[in-house]
Amino acid sequence: MPDELFRLTVRQAADLLRRRAISAVELTQAVLDRIYAVDNAVKAYLTLAPESALEEAAVADRALAAADVDTPLPPLLGVPLAIKDVILVEGMPATAGSRILEDFVPPYEATAVRKLRQAGAVILGKTNTDEFAMGSSTENSAYVVTRNPWDLSRVPGGSSGGSAAAVAADACLAALGTDTGGSVRQPAALCGVVGLKPSYGRVSRFGLIAFASSLDQIGPLTKDVADAALLLQVIAGHDPQDSTSLPAAVPDYTAALTADLRGLRVGVPAEYFIEGMQPAVEQAVRAAIAVLADLGAEVVEVSLPHTPYALPVYYLIAPAEASANLARYDGVRYGFRHPDARTMWDVFRLSRGSGFGPEVKRRIMLGTYALSAGYYDAYYLKAQQVRTLLKQDFDAAFQRVDVIAAPVSPTTAFPIGERVSDPLSMYLADVFTLAVNLAGVCGISVPCGFDEQGLPIGLQLIGPALGEASILRAAYAYEQATPWRERRPVLAVNGEPSAVNGDQ
Amino acid sequence: MPQRYYPVIGMEVHAQLQTASKMFCGCSADYWEAPPNTHVCPVCLGMPGVLPVINAHAVEQTVRTGLALNCRIARFSVFARKNYHYPDLPKGYQISQYELPLCRDGWLTIVGDDGQPKRIGIRRAHLEEDTGKSLHVDGHSLIDLNRAGVPLLEIVTEADMASAEEAYRYLVKLRTILRTLGVNSGDMEKGAMRCEVNLSLRTAEQAARGEYGVKVEIKNLNSFKAVRDSIAYEIARQTAVLEAGGRVEQVTMGWDENRRRTVLQRTKESSEDYRYFPEPDLPPLELSPEWIQRVAATLPELPDARAARFTADYGLTPRDAGILTAERAVADWFEQAVQAYGGPPREVANWITGPLFAILRGRAEARGEGDEEDQAERTEGGDIASLPIGPADLAALIKLVDAGVVNRNTGKRVLEEMVATGRPAAAIVEAQGLAQVSDESGLAQVVDAVLAANPGEVAKYRAGKTSVLGWFMGQVMRETRGKANPDVVRRLLSQRLDG
Repeated sequence: MPDELFRLTVRQAADLLRRRAISAVELTQAVLDRIYAVDNAVKAYLTLAPESALEEAAVADRALAAADVDTPLPPLLGVPLAIKDVILVEGMPATAGSRILEDFVPPYEATAVRKLRQAGAVILGKTNTDEFAMGSSTENSAYVVTRNPWDLSRVPGGSSGGSAAAVAADACLAALGTDTGGSVRQPAALCGVVGLKPSYGRVSRFGLIAFASSLDQIGPLTKDVADAALLLQVIAGHDPQDSTSLPAAVPDYTAALTADLRGLRVGVPAEYFIEGMQPAVEQAVRAAIAVLADLGAEVVEVSLPHTPYALPVYYLIAPAEASANLARYDGVRYGFRHPDARTMWDVFRLSRGSGFGPEVKRRIMLGTYALSAGYYDAYYLKAQQVRTLLKQDFDAAFQRVDVIAAPVSPTTAFPIGERVSDPLSMYLADVFTLAVNLAGVCGISVPCGFDEQGLPIGLQLIGPALGEASILRAAYAYEQATPWRERRPVLAVNGEPSAVNGDQ
Repeated sequence: MPQRYYPVIGMEVHAQLQTASKMFCGCSADYWEAPPNTHVCPVCLGMPGVLPVINAHAVEQTVRTGLALNCRIARFSVFARKNYHYPDLPKGYQISQYELPLCRDGWLTIVGDDGQPKRIGIRRAHLEEDTGKSLHVDGHSLIDLNRAGVPLLEIVTEADMASAEEAYRYLVKLRTILRTLGVNSGDMEKGAMRCEVNLSLRTAEQAARGEYGVKVEIKNLNSFKAVRDSIAYEIARQTAVLEAGGRVEQVTMGWDENRRRTVLQRTKESSEDYRYFPEPDLPPLELSPEWIQRVAATLPELPDARAARFTADYGLTPRDAGILTAERAVADWFEQAVQAYGGPPREVANWITGPLFAILRGRAEARGEGDEEDQAERTEGGDIASLPIGPADLAALIKLVDAGVVNRNTGKRVLEEMVATGRPAAAIVEAQGLAQVSDESGLAQVVDAVLAANPGEVAKYRAGKTSVLGWFMGQVMRETRGKANPDVVRRLLSQRLDG
């Protein structure tokens, strides 16, 4: 039995639990103690629920005790996980990183969370996020700035920065994040963990606080590729409560994980290696592609010619949808209502005016403008047309290859505060991830090295819609052939408990 | 000679669909008189993270309505978000349809002002969700979201109506079709059916050039009569403006029921930009031709078809056929009575549209629904199902008349008694001794007495004023309390006066 239980992967923990080598309460307590030790510095969590987590662990232990050793058990029985704060957990605060939902506690639960529970998972708490998942550094959270466990002066990426940092800091065994334009993959890359953005419709969005409905997907952030396959297995599938979820059967993702890549065709798009990207990132990604070739993959050049338009298209469509999705936060039925509001319009104006942060307001204004009479055709409609072209780029490429290899982020983790006053430079952090959401395809970020400052770099493997098995297979083989997983961030341990809702 | 102005009128009707659950969630759509905010869930409250799921029954009801209105049914249609802030709109947008509605390019037929059938074009009919209700109490605004998310069918006409009467007849016809389909209650006071009018005036020259006048919208119309009166008022108002050399402004007017006039609600400058865009939470709605065909097969016989059948099969006049098919319940009642009667259907039609409808009007007045406004809300005989007698009872009464047991006038009195007590005709005739007197010797005595008492009238008759015969008939009927067989009396009088 390892002495540091919090370092376990999901698969390792599930295996030890199944063999009754450890108990779920022991494991959960170990992770809680780790959170108390490191989260004061990392600040990954917005809400921690130690009591309910230990209760759930005790329930898992009773189930373990009652079951025959040979009886198949739920795959995540007793495994402690963290949930990004835009995903609803019944009875647990869900702020979406925003003041406007400061006291909101949902009386219902996201389908993905319900599926995790049915698989036996223990929910530790809610992780920090950019407000309404709008951002690439988690600095747009109204509550706290999460720090990168590899360098506490740097951002963890975003918007699922809390989940990525928690996984990297061993402050959970795995976590759920959401990815609208790169918000799982980019923080995973910057924190040196695995992050999977499933194909649009693969995972139910019911209970996910919407940012951009046609782009949002829930995805796992994990310590290794096998865990990503395992979590996706649990949360994927059609949901009658989400009409955009796909009815396709869920394959056995774990069975797809093999060590060699013979017969796999990997495409390398020239458009994803651009002027201005950090040289260490390009070197690491190109080296990773060579490893894929060594493992038997056939590497070919592909072209995704409309890639340069992904960023402007995204910044029209996502804000347009957001401008409507965020209209419900009006101070009338729940959430923040400004105490000075006396009239109907003041309830709207003051509550929204002081409830939303600057980036959220910027995007509401962008989206409102893009949809306005006289501008709709030139902006929103044109963006949708170009989105179709972007999708056709991927369709054409996937006629020739099974997987596309590319960087996740043009740079490694940047210093906190460096880009907050320059939205455009912040938006560029997602330049390699946006097109995947616009096209509805899937992508995974897997660690592929470190820069000269010891900051992690991510390799992005992109697959066609419902092609998760292919990218998991390639990512797994690559991970098994490389040593990156062995290097972990070193964190000073501090006994002060942290991570309470509203912590500054 | 003053210029003549021709009204051009179009209409938008919002009809709540009678479905078990709301448009996008499982809440009961039957919220009438339920305590506020009890028919709600996270979806229709617009809580964070929830998603809409399309109510298949509402789609089916919309397609049935579209088919009944002769529309083209879209095999591919799209829901859209209509964005605006209001406290009774929980999501801050309404899910509606915009560019690709479910139904378009249909029509229904009304009787035009010239008495001829006239087609009113249906531009589109689409599906959307209702809003909640705001209640303003003591300076506070209270929100009831029971209604939020109830399926709403919006039916938009072409500007094909030329008068308040035509608009009114369109609305009545539309309500009849919706009720026949069982998709809407037609209840305007309860808000189950709501109406907005757009209206402009133009000269014959403008019409010849295909031009239109400035369009004015009228909203807040809570009754059929308000629709008719507000249009008539606006036509008069705008005519006066134009005749005085003025210009009609493009505005939205409301109808003030108390002052009986339209009042300005909104000018064009303050009109809202709803920023419609396709609803990303719902995939496009795709309907197969087979499914649409199956739905078409479920359509009941519609009022126009039924009226045509009544004319052809029962020999009714088009007018009677129209009256009897304006309400499905009346048409059903009529056909059951025809069945039970076995005699000429026109006889049944006469009894229903004459004495029976008169009795129903009297009952409505007694309930305090007698004023003109309430009359306007009802189609004639719409409450026929509330009668304590059935179609077979009327048939039995007509048979008594045919058999000469009672005469026609007594029959009407018997019918009133039947409706008042629920008792069958034969029992009333028996109990009240209303059976017709055909006994010649008895009637001869009465006839002789009447003639003897009125020698002056007898002289007039014999001098050639034969119309006095009717007056003598009336006198005999009065003496016999209406029970005398009129044929026998007529014969006895003729024998004596002409002999």
